[in-house]
Amino acid sequence: MTDTPVTFDRFTVNRVRILALLALAMAAPFVTYPVLGMTVLCFGLFACSFNLLLGYTGLLSFGHAAFLGTAAYVTAHALKVWELPTLPSLALGAGAAALLGAVFGLIATRRHGIYFAMVTLALAQMMFFVFLKAPFTGGEDGLQGVPRGSLFGLIDLSDDTTLYYVVLTIVVFGLWVIHRAIHSPFGEILKAIRENEARVTSLGYDVARYKLLAFVLSAGLAGLAGATKVLVFKFATLADVHWHVSGEVVLMTLLGGVGTVIGPMLGAAVVVVLQNELADKVGSFVTIIIGVIFILCVLTFRRGIAGELNDLRRRVLGDARSGSADG
Amino acid sequence: MLKGSSIGLCVGALLSLGTAHAEITDGVVRIGVLNDQSGIYAGLSGPGSIWAARKAVEDFQPEKHGLKVEVVAADHQNKPDIGSSIARKWIDVDKVDMIVDVPTSSVILAVNQVVQEKNKVMIVSGGGTADLTGAACTPNSIHWTYDTWALANATGKAVVKTGGDSWYFLTADYAFGHALERDTEAVVLKNGGKVLGRIRHPFPGTDFSSFLLQAQASRAKIIGLANAGGDTINAIKQAAEFGITQGGQNLAGLLVFMSDVQALGLNAAQGLILTEAWYWDMTDENRKFAQAFTAANRGAFPTSAQAGVYSAVTHYLKTVATQKEDGDGAKVVAAMKATPTDDPLFGKGTIRADGRKIHPLYLFEVKKPSESKKPGDFYKLRATIPAEEAFRPLEDGGCPLVKK
Repeated sequence: MTDTPVTFDRFTVNRVRILALLALAMAAPFVTYPVLGMTVLCFGLFACSFNLLLGYTGLLSFGHAAFLGTAAYVTAHALKVWELPTLPSLALGAGAAALLGAVFGLIATRRHGIYFAMVTLALAQMMFFVFLKAPFTGGEDGLQGVPRGSLFGLIDLSDDTTLYYVVLTIVVFGLWVIHRAIHSPFGEILKAIRENEARVTSLGYDVARYKLLAFVLSAGLAGLAGATKVLVFKFATLADVHWHVSGEVVLMTLLGGVGTVIGPMLGAAVVVVLQNELADKVGSFVTIIIGVIFILCVLTFRRGIAGELNDLRRRVLGDARSGSADG
Repeated sequence: MLKGSSIGLCVGALLSLGTAHAEITDGVVRIGVLNDQSGIYAGLSGPGSIWAARKAVEDFQPEKHGLKVEVVAADHQNKPDIGSSIARKWIDVDKVDMIVDVPTSSVILAVNQVVQEKNKVMIVSGGGTADLTGAACTPNSIHWTYDTWALANATGKAVVKTGGDSWYFLTADYAFGHALERDTEAVVLKNGGKVLGRIRHPFPGTDFSSFLLQAQASRAKIIGLANAGGDTINAIKQAAEFGITQGGQNLAGLLVFMSDVQALGLNAAQGLILTEAWYWDMTDENRKFAQAFTAANRGAFPTSAQAGVYSAVTHYLKTVATQKEDGDGAKVVAAMKATPTDDPLFGKGTIRADGRKIHPLYLFEVKKPSESKKPGDFYKLRATIPAEEAFRPLEDGGCPLVKK
């Protein structure tokens, strides 16, 4: 499984696809409800950051809620209590998550496979406990009534449509960082670690450092998603640090297509839209429906939505080149 | 198409500016029941609350008042972001005028912000955070059935007065549990009772055996359960296994409801003392409501939260009908506060300036299986807490709406 070299043809195809998706995202607030769009974007970025670990480095973290939640609490506290401007608050949130990622990473990357997942889960549960008990988080009530503030003191963010474009910009920035990371020499080594860790070590690379760096990057971006989510909803609560969220992000990533840049975004869109749209239509069946979809996904289209679409495109275009699905 | 709709929006905005007088927006009064339909509060509120809201609309006979009323419902899955986005979408897109029920404190406070921002109405029945009539109170919200302060206070006071004068607390070790314990302890001491000790259990807890043994060894007459949800259920079940009630001690649940007792069964729950705002087997009107409810809800008996939804929707519709107004939420709430409440289930009552609905509370003891004569015959009344003593005094809540 080596990556095919980027040919001009493929490059154009990718560019057209990216522009089409971007145009779709830009037009979204006119056809759907902006808050729903922003929720999809935030969870999409969260899932993409998780995918950086699972899809490209082969590390299954089961504690990503800790990064989402920590950033959310830090950003909310910065905005509400310290009354900092919006952008520094976001940066502070993402930075705190990255720092936490470094601590988690140092401990967790010493182990492999299921042990890695268990260590991340255990550490994330510790963070849940911290936020449950810490006086500044408001316990079960959460930090409520967080002001959105303004951008550079000029653009008022209280309007949902304005905020949508700000959130879109942040998320596109996050995706760009992920794209750059994957297509850099650093990303090639991550993929090599995923395929055969021992061989990478034998080539003289310090595998532990690469893994740690990937972990910190992923945590920081997950934090950026959590911090942005605070702007959208104006609160940070325990629901963000709950292990359910760590499970949901696995679902989103697998559903969308593990190891594809845009796949987790699609998966997040499916899960978030179902959770919100079905809530007032089918009532208590929401969780069952999402469960059934997940089972169908695992049984019948294991490459996820984006993976299957890539495959379909290759077959239709008669493109026989084999390559990892990284569209 | 896009252009057309935006022109339509502008015209609509201009029109609404022009018609500032009272009106029913878009001709329909829409009520949204927002609650937990699949998780731990599904029994307390859930599908039963939706039924209660529909029943209230049906009994009100909107066509006689020239109103058209619709009820919509959603499962917030106990997640504040889902609750908040449903509330936003309901108000902005689906033209919902009032949101009712809303269990889970984090969701209440999240929806509370949205409803105030959009100037609509929220009436909480299934949820308990006393902050809603305290620091977080708004001109757009009413707290209907119960709150945590009232349950702790009523249970503490009435239990001491009916002989349970020595207490031992089993407390969930986080902010909520501590607050519940502190509030109850203050009331117990004030009424001449004494507290023999306390033990804090981790949250969420599964094994309560060592804590229960210590509580048993304290020989306190009352073991106060300052916890909620699954913790309370587990503690009650395990206490039954240790024969704590048979040994002469009583458990007092500070946040337990009829739905929990129904789930536990009388064998496990017998002797449990708890406070509720409403019980189905108290008046003929209540029994009539319960009969229709059980027939429509697979044999389940209505909880106080579900009866509260019925009562709240009734008062809301009465107010909307007399005011001919559903668009301006603050105005509707002000009118609801100004009019005394009167409905078949909760009888006569009032709504205070801070949004607190005032009615009596009842201290019940769960019957022994041998005392229970018919299905749903769960409680015997131990004491009634009169309306004026049941809730936190207006000046203690710190609600910004209350003038000092």
